[in-house]
Amino acid sequence: MKDSDLATTGLVRQEPLLWEKGREGREGFSMPRRDVDSFPMDESLIGPKPEVPSLSEVEIVRHYTRLSTWNFGVDTGMYPLGSCTMKYNPKVNEKLASLPGFAGAHPLLPERMVQGNLRLMFELERHLAEITGMDAVTLQPAAGAQGELTGMLLIHAYHKSRGRHPAKILVPDTAHGTNPASAALCGMRPVPLKSGDKGFLSKEAVLDLMDEDTAGIMVTNPNTLGLFEENLKEIAEIVHAKGGLVYGDGANMNAIMGLVDMGRIGVDILHLNLHKTFSTPHGGGGPGSGPVCVKRSLEPFLPIPRIVVQREEFALSEDFPLSIGRLHGFYGNFGIMVRAYCYILSMGAEGLKQASRLAVLNANYIKERLKGIFHLPFDRPCMHECVFSDRLQKARKIMTVDIAKRLMDYGFHPPTIYFPLVVDGAIMIEPTETESKEDLDLFIEAMKSIAEEAKENPELLKKAPAKCKVKRLDETLAARRPCLAG
Amino acid sequence: MKEIDELILPDDLRYTEDHEWAKPQGNGFRIGITDFAQDQLGDIVFVELPRVGDTLPAKQQFGTVESVKTVAELYMPLSGEILAVNELLEASPELVNSDPYEKGWMVEIKPEKPAEFESLLSKSGYLETIRGKK
Amino acid sequence: MRYLPHTKEDIDSMLQEIGATSIDDFFSTVPSCCRRTQGMNLPGPLTEWDLNSRLASLSGNSERKVFVGAGSYEHFIPHVVTSLAGRSEFVTSYTPYQPEISQGTLQGIYEYQTLVCRLLGMEVANASLYDGASALAEALLMAIRITGKKRVAVSRAVHPHYRQVARTYLGPSGYEFIELPYDSSGTTDLSSLESMDSFAALALQSPNFFGCIEDLGTASASAHHKEALFISSFTEPLAYGILKNPGLAGADIACGEGQSFGISQSFGGPGLGIFAGRMKHVRSMPGRLVGETVDADGRRGFVLTLATREQHIRREKATSNICTNNSLCALTSAMYMSCLGGSGMRELALLNHDKSEYLKRELQKAGLRIAFQSPTFHEFVVEFPPGFESEYKRLLKNGIVPGIPLSSYYPELVGHYLICVTETKTREDMDALVKEVRP
Repeated sequence: MKDSDLATTGLVRQEPLLWEKGREGREGFSMPRRDVDSFPMDESLIGPKPEVPSLSEVEIVRHYTRLSTWNFGVDTGMYPLGSCTMKYNPKVNEKLASLPGFAGAHPLLPERMVQGNLRLMFELERHLAEITGMDAVTLQPAAGAQGELTGMLLIHAYHKSRGRHPAKILVPDTAHGTNPASAALCGMRPVPLKSGDKGFLSKEAVLDLMDEDTAGIMVTNPNTLGLFEENLKEIAEIVHAKGGLVYGDGANMNAIMGLVDMGRIGVDILHLNLHKTFSTPHGGGGPGSGPVCVKRSLEPFLPIPRIVVQREEFALSEDFPLSIGRLHGFYGNFGIMVRAYCYILSMGAEGLKQASRLAVLNANYIKERLKGIFHLPFDRPCMHECVFSDRLQKARKIMTVDIAKRLMDYGFHPPTIYFPLVVDGAIMIEPTETESKEDLDLFIEAMKSIAEEAKENPELLKKAPAKCKVKRLDETLAARRPCLAG
Repeated sequence: MKEIDELILPDDLRYTEDHEWAKPQGNGFRIGITDFAQDQLGDIVFVELPRVGDTLPAKQQFGTVESVKTVAELYMPLSGEILAVNELLEASPELVNSDPYEKGWMVEIKPEKPAEFESLLSKSGYLETIRGKK
Repeated sequence: MRYLPHTKEDIDSMLQEIGATSIDDFFSTVPSCCRRTQGMNLPGPLTEWDLNSRLASLSGNSERKVFVGAGSYEHFIPHVVTSLAGRSEFVTSYTPYQPEISQGTLQGIYEYQTLVCRLLGMEVANASLYDGASALAEALLMAIRITGKKRVAVSRAVHPHYRQVARTYLGPSGYEFIELPYDSSGTTDLSSLESMDSFAALALQSPNFFGCIEDLGTASASAHHKEALFISSFTEPLAYGILKNPGLAGADIACGEGQSFGISQSFGGPGLGIFAGRMKHVRSMPGRLVGETVDADGRRGFVLTLATREQHIRREKATSNICTNNSLCALTSAMYMSCLGGSGMRELALLNHDKSEYLKRELQKAGLRIAFQSPTFHEFVVEFPPGFESEYKRLLKNGIVPGIPLSSYYPELVGHYLICVTETKTREDMDALVKEVRP
């Protein structure tokens, strides 16, 4: 295979910055009709006119259309970013989220007027509880990290209600950076927990560190090495025995829908990422949504307002005296909830289970076919993602970053690199279930070809990417001399 | 990245396991990070240093050094009071990469217990620790 | 199912190639004690056509005249914005960790950061936070980090939900949260500030929750006099199309909600957390930052930068835990701002103001009391006579929402309603409302 079989250069326009275009007097907006008099404001309140350029509609359309051609999305090609679950984003969900009754609804409308919206949220809560095996749900957190903060606040409130103020929380070395950051935001000191040499946590390590001054443990399952935390049920028992709680980072839920019961395992609090498992689009960095599912014992602490049923109608209630309070200006990212709701209804129980099964099949297929070509630190069945490293290529001074950059010349978005930290030069590949066998085969061929190039023609990797709009960018300069506004 | 035999490690300095060096300077000591450290970190973009006048014990964190993708803590090799910090590093953090022992120095201290210098690693001792980690 | 491309033949072929007998093999590492005992009890699967019907019936009818703001604003969204923001290269891409194939998002967000700085008169803006409420919470935490002080002073005229969220964020660390009262003019009473023990920041919202324009310059000077940072919050950025911006007033941090700029109200989210500050504090700022640089050929390009502040590197010492933010909303707001331009922003802001003034005066002429005399932007508080609640209910049934009652937020403001008028309301709409509510 040659890279040019898959990716080539085409005509892509350069496009200046917005303020390098436009002209005073141009208009891009249809100003509504003025049907009232002027009521001049006090001069002392008035500031200078904002220095925002005046552009015509055509200029704006060309500007953003050209910018979009410089981006690679899931719709462009395979995007195997580990732990991000870049699956296909259904288009019908976009249309339905923009229905006027949803998109045009003010959050403070009287509840009578928005029963459909409240019903959607109530049903989504029920569906997420069912999928995870938990009891109660809040949809309020605006992203996974805010869900983690919510989880930490719930743990803090739970202990406080029992007169305890544990200062520490156990965090595995494979954890996503948001885990210790969220714990710290809540005044808890993360205590590092080493994973065993098979890649998952051992009971002994937890037994060693768990005490009454530890609030609990934060665990990602499956973990960021793509492995199922096989000892998790026993670990949960150890933590519970000392009065601690188990927080589950559900970012990797895509591996286990319909198969695993997080509630049964002993997880007390679990966050989900609707923009991962539940197909809502990533938007270049958000918006997402990070609902949190809890066991009954933690329900009283959930954020307010909560959706309740009163006299057969849905209502929003703040009448929860033990609640940790509010996390979001209103109820969370409703527009994202609509998309996730549509996805769940479109897939049904069997569809979701099949999605997980195929996600796991796809990852294992890649793992088996690339092992030996790239170093596989943990040779066991993986879940929905697998982790390789650059160990075999390092001998020729080729690093993970070079492999990633060269993949772009083959028309693929690179996998996640340099995470998890426990693997030096990690390459984390998560294909998701929406990639077909042909696309996986092309990806595998491309990776094999790159491994060959690493031996025969390493300059190709060092100079990659060659076909993108820009070559490798000087990140050192950007950090030494930050230029953050034009 | 450099091989071990390519590293620059002056004989008259003492070293710590955390890759700082210390050198007698006048009545005090100058402190910085080693060639190994700057090579491992890559292009340095920012150095956070303490205030003049701060007094810190040995092994206490006195600042941080950042490359694009990492942050590393800096630890005091000896206890002492900060007499001076290298102000050039604010505009030119790259000096730590190009000249870690001279222009890239970080802090100058008045030592509380000058004898602590003797218990720091010699060049060969430091090389041992690097070899051990590799 | 059309989102799952595997045929039975594909699956069999893949299993055979890797020497597995069934997909179940890969789940061999999952202990039986972790497994579900029953299938998931979920509705569906629905066909696309049944899904359309179901969602149509849930979304219901939206024919109503809503005179409500309070942190979520109805503005006309040019279709060109919806169309451009819907391009799948923007929608289906992720965080630009690989900048070479994300220059669209990166330049778009760099432009957004710049436009925000220009609008608010600030030196640096981040790539977005979740919403105005969490932006205020992050601003307070940033001020606490910078000054080392453990107390903050926040005006009671800041949006009640924003204050609730700030308390949630500050609570676990035991920081002290002091609320400053508002006076009869409808703006913040700063008199207690002078005698207050040292604090990290003073936070005001302008226009405030009552729609009144605060004196940011005086507030800023008072805060600085006490060696505290001044945080200027907002729920309606369009106001800065005409009003003096926070930067001019000396704000250290300007933060708030950007939903008004081309983003649907969407029952409260997703919105846009706008966050801007001074370059001297940039290393303490939360959120992503896009910076300009050059590539190996010397051509201009953009990258995420100063990432060492963030969770994936600094972990528990990060300036925030934020990872996914509201990038697409930020891009949408930049598109909207481009459509308006500086002149358009001014004209639209004045239109909002003047329409709101028209309604205010008509209500006054009808015999109703305007609660606060301070100048307002496009929201104001009206006091309705006792017994208005039944009128209010009747109007709701007729599809008119005449503001929101304030008593649940401010128990001392019984019978007071917060009314908002944007460019979406015609003179006829307003005349009809006055006719309905006149005593």
